[in-house]
Amino acid sequence: MFKTPARARGLTWFTYAAPSRFYGMAGKAIPWLWALCAVLTVVGLVIGFGIAPTDFQQGDSYRIIFIHVPAAWMSMVIYAVMAFFAVLGWAFHTRMSSMYARALAPTGALFTLLALWTGSLWGKPTWGTWWVWDARITTEFILLLLYLGYLALTEAIDDERRAANAGALLALVGAVNLPVIRYSVVWWNTLHQGSSISVSGGNKMAATMLVAMLIMTLAFWAYSFAVVFTRARAIVLENERDTEWVRAMTSAS
Amino acid sequence: MYWNTFNDFVHMGGYGLYVWGSTGMALVLMLIEPILAARRHRRALAQATNGGNE
Repeated sequence: MFKTPARARGLTWFTYAAPSRFYGMAGKAIPWLWALCAVLTVVGLVIGFGIAPTDFQQGDSYRIIFIHVPAAWMSMVIYAVMAFFAVLGWAFHTRMSSMYARALAPTGALFTLLALWTGSLWGKPTWGTWWVWDARITTEFILLLLYLGYLALTEAIDDERRAANAGALLALVGAVNLPVIRYSVVWWNTLHQGSSISVSGGNKMAATMLVAMLIMTLAFWAYSFAVVFTRARAIVLENERDTEWVRAMTSAS
Repeated sequence: MYWNTFNDFVHMGGYGLYVWGSTGMALVLMLIEPILAARRHRRALAQATNGGNE
């Protein structure tokens, strides 16, 4: 069992490994994260949908990029973080890690669904089809199945420890899919285009378009932190209901 | 501002359905998820406060 760390103890790498510390810290951070998310979303949407010029090849359908690319990026980043925490919880029996992993999964699934949905709506006017089983789209679809499998597995097993371990195994095996998604447009001749921006080779986008896309990405990051923190706090309370710190907190209010 | 009229903006050069179908879905999903998460937290807090009696 975790014990509430002494107040006097300094901040260390493991400070937020304690559910009680996380609960308090996240509670304070969430309103600020929502405010940040709102400001970034408004600025990103105004630049992307109001100021950025049209694309000479794709017309205004290209504006889907401001939702599609940030959503697709988040779907992969969240999976990597989820697998990391799941395995951490498995290896070191740190319960907070497993709770983070479970809190991340629904948001990752949401962004995967959004990436597929917006991709479909972009594919129709651009390629003439809603859906095609090319490497990029198929591997992103597999990502959605991995999230749903992880959620179903961890929900189906009652014992918290066993659920976390089984979930971690699935998350770890599924992580193989991440580099396949990333390089699918390089390894296979896909209908899906390659990257428009790269760290080494510069980017192929106009500056305003790039700025709008990056601001929307930051907005999605803020959103993810806010919603995952909210869900993680719920999971902490569900699991720690009978601990002293929760009793002390709820009886004080 | 890139658009001359509000109609142009809605029309999106003929791609309105696709562009607004994308942003609309993002908006719907990203409004529903925080509401569900907040509700889950409220419920967990209420149950913890009632001493775990369902």
